[in-house]
Amino acid sequence: MKRRVLKMRSVSAVQNSLGGLLVAVLLGACAQAPSRPALGDELVVVLPGTGGKVGGVVVRRNDAERLLDAPFAASRIAAEGKPEPVILTPEQVHDIFSATVAALPGRPATFMLYFLEGKDELTAASNTELANVLAEIKRRPEPDLLVTGHADNVGSDAFNDKLSLARAERMRELLTGRGIAAERIQVAGRGRRELLVSTGRGVAEERNRRVEISVR
Amino acid sequence: MWRKWTLAFCACTFAMSAMADEVGHVKVAKGAATVQRSTGKIALVPGMKIFTADVITTGADGAVGITFVDNSLISTGPNSVFVVDQYTFDSTTHVGQFDGTLKKGTLAAISGKMVKQVPESMRIHTPSSIMGVRGTEFLVKVDEASRP
Repeated sequence: MKRRVLKMRSVSAVQNSLGGLLVAVLLGACAQAPSRPALGDELVVVLPGTGGKVGGVVVRRNDAERLLDAPFAASRIAAEGKPEPVILTPEQVHDIFSATVAALPGRPATFMLYFLEGKDELTAASNTELANVLAEIKRRPEPDLLVTGHADNVGSDAFNDKLSLARAERMRELLTGRGIAAERIQVAGRGRRELLVSTGRGVAEERNRRVEISVR
Repeated sequence: MWRKWTLAFCACTFAMSAMADEVGHVKVAKGAATVQRSTGKIALVPGMKIFTADVITTGADGAVGITFVDNSLISTGPNSVFVVDQYTFDSTTHVGQFDGTLKKGTLAAISGKMVKQVPESMRIHTPSSIMGVRGTEFLVKVDEASRP
């Protein structure tokens, strides 16, 4: 309908009307800009985590705050309101979010490997585990790895940071030696910040002298 | 004169080093899915790197899944716009800051190592609210405002 009307006019008339429209749009935008932009409804839903522990999400709007920390706890935030609780069935959540959840990347798979004491050779058990790491890498379409070295509670922080990074770098060498491209591997040394087995300072513990590999 | 050039050079290399590190990798890309960054707009494919300030947009048939360097996972569904506002992560201390904005559409998120270290160091912003993440898997939907 509109198009037919435009066709009947001359080109300059069309330009004029477009110009007029543009001015009207700009004026409208200027008139609206200082006030709050128009908002739509928003929805937040917490899923049951695989770890069994739900730390939750805090939803904040202006001064209002709501903690969602149970499976399927949900909150709706209306355009002009506070976050209000809302009850959704798992089926309803599925209907709204199934395409989104389906696009989540595969969860990172974590492997723990150990070196022989004082050597940069893996223990026999860790050699077997390395085969599992390589199989996991093959399973993923565009794999990338985070290799994090750890140390035990013996020695200074600076020493352990260095040592743990050296372990991670050694692991990267082992992986590139098995054909994994180096640019797919990030390394980090976490020192003694994340002890697997909690010990006092100065206690040697072989289970803490490890390398963690996240395949993702 | 020299000083001017040195300054320009420093500014340039600084900008490059700040840009150089990727903050995540695209693992899933379906349908119409693009990223807008300073170098232009390109179609997303699995394996691509994601950087701070990237604007990720999906069409009616689109969806994107990204794994961030601290193991945080984010996916967006159809007709969505997600912006990586800020992302830092120290792989030694696990201290970091992740701010992302869902401008419209749907998002699924699974928190990673930085939230384990410091709760709420990951925040998802929407046009009306801020979600502080304490360690969980959650979903967000932002409807576009219906204009009268």
